[in-house]
Amino acid sequence: MLAYIVRRVLYAIPILIGVNLLTFTLFFVVNTPDDMARMQLGIKRVTPEAIVKWKAERGYDKPLVYNERSQGVRALTDTIFFEKSVRLFAFDFGRSDNGDDISWQIRNRMVPSLALALPVFVLGLYVTVSLALFQVLFRGTWLDVWGVILCVAMMSISSLFYIIGGQFVVSKLWRLVPISGYGEGIDVVRFLLLPVVVGVIGNIGANTRWYRTIFLEEIGRDYVRTARAKGLAETAVLFRHVLRNALIPILTGAVVVIPLLFMGSLIAESFFGIPGLGSYTIDAINAQDFAIVRAMVFLGSVLYIVGLILTDISYTLVDPRIRFE
Amino acid sequence: MVAIGLALAGCGRAWNDPYPASENAANILYAGFTERPKHLDPVQSYSEDEAEFNAQIYEPPLQYHYLKRPYTLVPLTARAMPEPYFLDAGGNRVGADAPELAFSVYEIRIRPGILYQPHPAFARDGAGRLRYERLDAQALRDVHELRDFAYTGTRELVAADYVYQIKRLAHPRLHSPIFGLMSEYVVGLKELAAALRQADEKLRAAGRPKAWLDLDAFPLAGVELVDRHTYRIRIRGRYAQFAYWLAMSFFAPVPPEADRFYGQPGMAEKNLTLDWYPVGTGPYMLTRNDPNARIVLERNPNYRDERYPAEGEPQDAAAGLLADAGRRIPFIDKAVFSREKEAIPYWNKFLQGYYDSSGISSDSFDQAVQVGAGGESTISPEMAQQGIRLETTVATAVRYLAFNWLDPVVGGADERSRKLRRAIGIAIDWEEFISIFANGRGIAAQGPIPPGIFGHREGQAGLDSTIYDWAPGGPRRKDIAEARRLLVQAGYPDGRDARSGVPLVLYLDTTDRGPGDKSRFDWFRKQFAKLGIQLEVRGTDYNRFQEKVRKGAAQIFVWGWNADYPDPENFLFLFQSTQSRARFQGENAANYSNPEFDRLFERMKNLPNGAERQALIDRMVAILHEDAPWSFGYFPKDFGLLHAWMANVKPNQMARNRLKYQRIDAQLRARRRAEWNLPLWWPLAGLALLVAAPAIPAALSYRRRERRRASAGA
Repeated sequence: MLAYIVRRVLYAIPILIGVNLLTFTLFFVVNTPDDMARMQLGIKRVTPEAIVKWKAERGYDKPLVYNERSQGVRALTDTIFFEKSVRLFAFDFGRSDNGDDISWQIRNRMVPSLALALPVFVLGLYVTVSLALFQVLFRGTWLDVWGVILCVAMMSISSLFYIIGGQFVVSKLWRLVPISGYGEGIDVVRFLLLPVVVGVIGNIGANTRWYRTIFLEEIGRDYVRTARAKGLAETAVLFRHVLRNALIPILTGAVVVIPLLFMGSLIAESFFGIPGLGSYTIDAINAQDFAIVRAMVFLGSVLYIVGLILTDISYTLVDPRIRFE
Repeated sequence: MVAIGLALAGCGRAWNDPYPASENAANILYAGFTERPKHLDPVQSYSEDEAEFNAQIYEPPLQYHYLKRPYTLVPLTARAMPEPYFLDAGGNRVGADAPELAFSVYEIRIRPGILYQPHPAFARDGAGRLRYERLDAQALRDVHELRDFAYTGTRELVAADYVYQIKRLAHPRLHSPIFGLMSEYVVGLKELAAALRQADEKLRAAGRPKAWLDLDAFPLAGVELVDRHTYRIRIRGRYAQFAYWLAMSFFAPVPPEADRFYGQPGMAEKNLTLDWYPVGTGPYMLTRNDPNARIVLERNPNYRDERYPAEGEPQDAAAGLLADAGRRIPFIDKAVFSREKEAIPYWNKFLQGYYDSSGISSDSFDQAVQVGAGGESTISPEMAQQGIRLETTVATAVRYLAFNWLDPVVGGADERSRKLRRAIGIAIDWEEFISIFANGRGIAAQGPIPPGIFGHREGQAGLDSTIYDWAPGGPRRKDIAEARRLLVQAGYPDGRDARSGVPLVLYLDTTDRGPGDKSRFDWFRKQFAKLGIQLEVRGTDYNRFQEKVRKGAAQIFVWGWNADYPDPENFLFLFQSTQSRARFQGENAANYSNPEFDRLFERMKNLPNGAERQALIDRMVAILHEDAPWSFGYFPKDFGLLHAWMANVKPNQMARNRLKYQRIDAQLRARRRAEWNLPLWWPLAGLALLVAAPAIPAALSYRRRERRRASAGA
């Protein structure tokens, strides 16, 4: 397994270079270093000298990917792309275009992001798997039919609706929890209750439908018929056999997102005032802060790759037949 | 949720209260901020968002009077208003109007005994040495915030701190937005910048790019330290508006110890910088800077004895704004600014009493404001019932539609394009625009100078007679027939070129932010269509739009200007040819050029406010009416809502250090919050029942199914 993991980690390097190149290209197609300087320096009273100075200080005064004035390897290394990319691989994110230490920001914001995303993930998984099993238990009945209709309706509604609706009903009309904000210590729970509930409800429609499909596929298999034939109760069939055998597709979807939980939620964090990495990324995009955008995309890619590796490893845990060659 | 709520209720606190229980009924102001401040270093900070904090902390020598209108400069840390004197090239005193005048000198005497806020940069040990002067990585190991330093100290504000800050304008590692402008005026600033740049390059070459750059070692010819509490600034020529700059944070004092303290290795890596933790003498000090969530200002314990103003406008006494006259300020102990990125949560928290004041977004405008038949805005009954009051003021800003003077069709001084611009000016119904797109929050402009600024003319005297007629009720936009007549004279009858018969197609360059902008674009198309002109909207992203304007490639575009200071010069310079955006990267976005206007501008800019200046301004505005480089759009009106517990709040577009004057009735706020936020818990029980409801038929169904036989006969 170790060899497999090492091989996967090595595969990750060209992927990360590719992702970084793509981010770089997309960003600089839309923004020039001059645009970035103007965005940071403001609109009023910005002189060309100030722009030149800003770019020089941050290394944006060099050519993007190829430096015609340099010779040999330096034609490639003495460029914005190389200088901004190479440090990422040592997880040295440097400073934002605004001057903040990005690593410090990530460390500080990761906790609030995780505080929201982890409960949403765990509770969401528990609720949606339970509801899917419930629907499968009553497949073909009116409970199942109405369950499916409800799920389709719920997955058709924008997540923004759940957020604004949740804030309006729970915080404004019922006045049960703060509308937005973030506390310290145990007080955080009060602020997270609503976003977690909204996050879980927002995922019920799509995930329940997905898990229900998986369970239904599983329930038609021979071993299920055998289990029933030997007289097991339907609940025992579902929980002891179907659930366990359906874990592989569930894991495929679930484990891969675990590392990405650190990245936070773009919309929910903004609306609920949670100072996490999601809102950090949105702010950076709005401010055209390439240093942060690049760092967040890189981090997201790394975490996604970690998620894929974890998924592979988890297969071997839930299905002993799977072995890494 | 219920358990947490009951625990909170036990503390006498509303369930939805976002603040700690210990703050209930405390003398704290609660506000929100949308954009995180980019810079808190006074040499770099230039935006409104940043001034909200910096102006409470830093004290430049001058400030705006809180209550007086028109806006009036008064001393802040200065003993008196500096009266400039003038020198010729040889250093001899000359009169203000002398042709040989070469320099203006501002001598500023600051009040003795002003102390800085407690700060570790001032902390001294028993031997009188600065405690935190030579920190290494080991010493900073457990330091993450400013409060992690065990000791703080203070010292008296001295004139040298102001001199030091002026030098910082030229610092090669800082980006002062006014360096370009000030280097044209402050004698020696450009040379200082060159010397500092050279020294910085040497340090870089020596592999010490972050090493301390001691500004005290570099002289600045135009700024002289006279004594402990006096300094002089020498500027080239006359620049009457310089005094306004002395009321901005660019000219606030920075103690060199603080700069040196933050400049130590390892500090910046922990965000311990002057950009993150300001050091000032103002009424408040920043005690927590978490721009992602919360910024906290607390009363500076070293703040001097400063009193609430005793005079203002005639109506101020009736409005209760002089009730605290002569009382010591500040009144509020602490101000908590919470990051609120979205308008909906901000608005709802304001209605629940968790923010003390709020602006009004378009979404909540109808809920908050009633517009009467005469266009007057009043607070809605629903809000009034909550004790909320509305404060409105005309912003010192202007929004307009610019015609690029360099464009071959709409630009230039020829009669054809002038008539075309004036025809368009009549056709664009800005009153309708204000009503539809700004919820009535604006006044149609008759010229570039907003009300409240010297030079603005009210009534018929200020009428743009090329666009409006004077009617008994006020200005009335000319009939569209007049615009069509002008269009015919311009050679475009019915919107077609008379010579070629080709339809006239004009281009509105703009940023396109999505479907939300479509109605605005359609409205503009409709205005041009009144004249038979086809308007093509060239929507693009923000950067490309800015680039087009910068290169003079845009044809027609909507633009705006917020004043730096309340002087007509700060609006009329937008038409100065030397400020052309395309030619000189200046602020004249329309690239307008008129030698007569330029000549009058040069005469007007340094005159004191009076009849002579007004006459010049009238002539300049008349030229603009005639040339029509802009379709004067509107002066925006700022609307703000305040809860009943807020006192001493008077909108002031210029003074940013308003917090020290404001007062809150924290007991009233606590009572209102408790009344308004009684939790409703029964819906939760109803919800639980609803969720549990399918369980009973499900259980019965399951039981029935489990008992069912495999076949009927078995």
